[in-house]
Amino acid sequence: MNIEKKIATRQSFGEALVELGKENTQVVVLTADLAGATKTNLFAKEFPNRFINVGIAEQNMMGIAAGLASCGKIPFASTFAMFAAGRAYEQIRNSIAYPNLNVKICATHAGITVGEDGATHQMLEDLSLMRTIPNMTVMCTSDDTQTKWAIKEMAKYNGPVYLRLARVATPVIYDENQSFSIGKMIQIGEGTDATLFATGVMVPEALKAQEVLKQEGIDVRVVDVHTIKPIDKEMILKCAKETKKLISIEDHNIIGGLGSAISEVLTENIPCQLIRMGIQDSFGRSGKAEDLLKYYQIDCQAICKAVRQ
Amino acid sequence: MKITKVEAIQTIANEIRRDIIEEVYSAQSGHPGGSLSCSDILAVLYFNQMNIDPKNPNAPARDRFVLSKGHCAPALYAALARKGYFDQELLTSFRKLGSNLQGHPDMKKVPGVDMSTGSLGQGVSAAVGMAIASKMDHEGLRVYCLMGDGEIQEGQVWEAAMAASKNKLDNLCIIVDYNDLQIDGTIEKVGGLVDIKEKFQSFGFHVIEVDGHNIEQLIHAFDSAKHQKEMPSVIIAKTIKGKGVSFMEGKVEWHGKAPTQAEYEQAMKELKNEEE
Repeated sequence: MNIEKKIATRQSFGEALVELGKENTQVVVLTADLAGATKTNLFAKEFPNRFINVGIAEQNMMGIAAGLASCGKIPFASTFAMFAAGRAYEQIRNSIAYPNLNVKICATHAGITVGEDGATHQMLEDLSLMRTIPNMTVMCTSDDTQTKWAIKEMAKYNGPVYLRLARVATPVIYDENQSFSIGKMIQIGEGTDATLFATGVMVPEALKAQEVLKQEGIDVRVVDVHTIKPIDKEMILKCAKETKKLISIEDHNIIGGLGSAISEVLTENIPCQLIRMGIQDSFGRSGKAEDLLKYYQIDCQAICKAVRQ
Repeated sequence: MKITKVEAIQTIANEIRRDIIEEVYSAQSGHPGGSLSCSDILAVLYFNQMNIDPKNPNAPARDRFVLSKGHCAPALYAALARKGYFDQELLTSFRKLGSNLQGHPDMKKVPGVDMSTGSLGQGVSAAVGMAIASKMDHEGLRVYCLMGDGEIQEGQVWEAAMAASKNKLDNLCIIVDYNDLQIDGTIEKVGGLVDIKEKFQSFGFHVIEVDGHNIEQLIHAFDSAKHQKEMPSVIIAKTIKGKGVSFMEGKVEWHGKAPTQAEYEQAMKELKNEEE
């Protein structure tokens, strides 16, 4: 992990779209008055004829994306997670997922790490909402390399995908040679004292915790869950067998997201304890992203504490 | 092949009405009122206007039709079956377990259905997306979207209307089936919606008002919409809910109710008489 080099996954997304646009002329990008914030302005500059800014109308954006997909386009619809999974939930369900249309929903500014904007903009329920929709693949990438891979992969995959992205800049974890595949978690380290299942911006926090604990002689492994659905059952069961403690960490309500997805697999196969770290069924609040991670007890320190207990 | 004789299209519209009654009666469920009110519109679109081929239902350059008021699926299924997209006998499987003819249209199950709809207000956005895609590929196809008058109370409709106008979608033609009734009563009483014409005009649409049961007027309206440049069109079709069946006409209770055997027989008798 390169602590020095920090990039927000929304930035990686914007850059990856430009590359994708060069390779695939069917790619169309949509946004709802958030071209700058979602970094889709990079695509707009290169390919103005394949860029649609619908104005502040997210429900309509999802419907337009569905119509484009029905005609063979590969639409990437981007807005803040709150207005994608939240405001346009039913359009995503009925106009995109039900007819299994090839729409890629790229939701930036997810979680409390949105920071100063506060609760109305901090989407903490999107993984839960998207995960329960049939046909939907749900992803949440942790760094620049993984996000750029995900964008390419999503374009190849035929079907609806929800990708959760962050506002804050986070360390680059993977080098360019790292291989990924949809639905396969990445295990980092072989530690058997605990497994830290983390997703998105929580992966670097978990990796920091792994380093700190190592100094204390506690050896944990980190599992990067970039695909929440379909969930990687094999990896969950493997870690349940090999490690003493299981912890899930997400910048999301503990109800319905990563922790729930892992619990479901455990309950049906190897009933055991899972400690769910995340937002404990509350709304967010204003503050700096790093202060909020501490406040909501999902920072490196809190993770270390949970492992030690 | 396009049918140009007005009487022939009228006959088809009447056949669609008979099929609607058949479908809703055999399902003992469904929405006859709004289906009957849009039968003439569908007959004109499918048999006189649209560039489509039932043998090649996925042809990229075909015209598109979105039934945004998806609960009127019986009318769409009747038109598609009559056009030759699928066997007419399937119509009586409507709404039954195992049938492809779902309560609301499913594009993955029924050939000729261009968009899955049912949740009001959403079809028009998809139609805008199709019209934009067509412009990108210079395919020159036309996109038709049939909406209910109650449906346009949904905010998304006006988001889509704005986008249609901004993107100068002259290949998009919306039809509002203005039968003036929604589940809880009249359009004005329930939703307070007045001056539909002015609303669309102020959103940048070319507006055409017609009698939605007059085949000639409908044909002229669709032709006029084709000649509009750089702006979308809307045809506000004044209709009668339950049109063609005396005891259903103008009666809100027939929005979503199936006829009894006696009512079914009466309805089929009336629709037969009209044809003769």
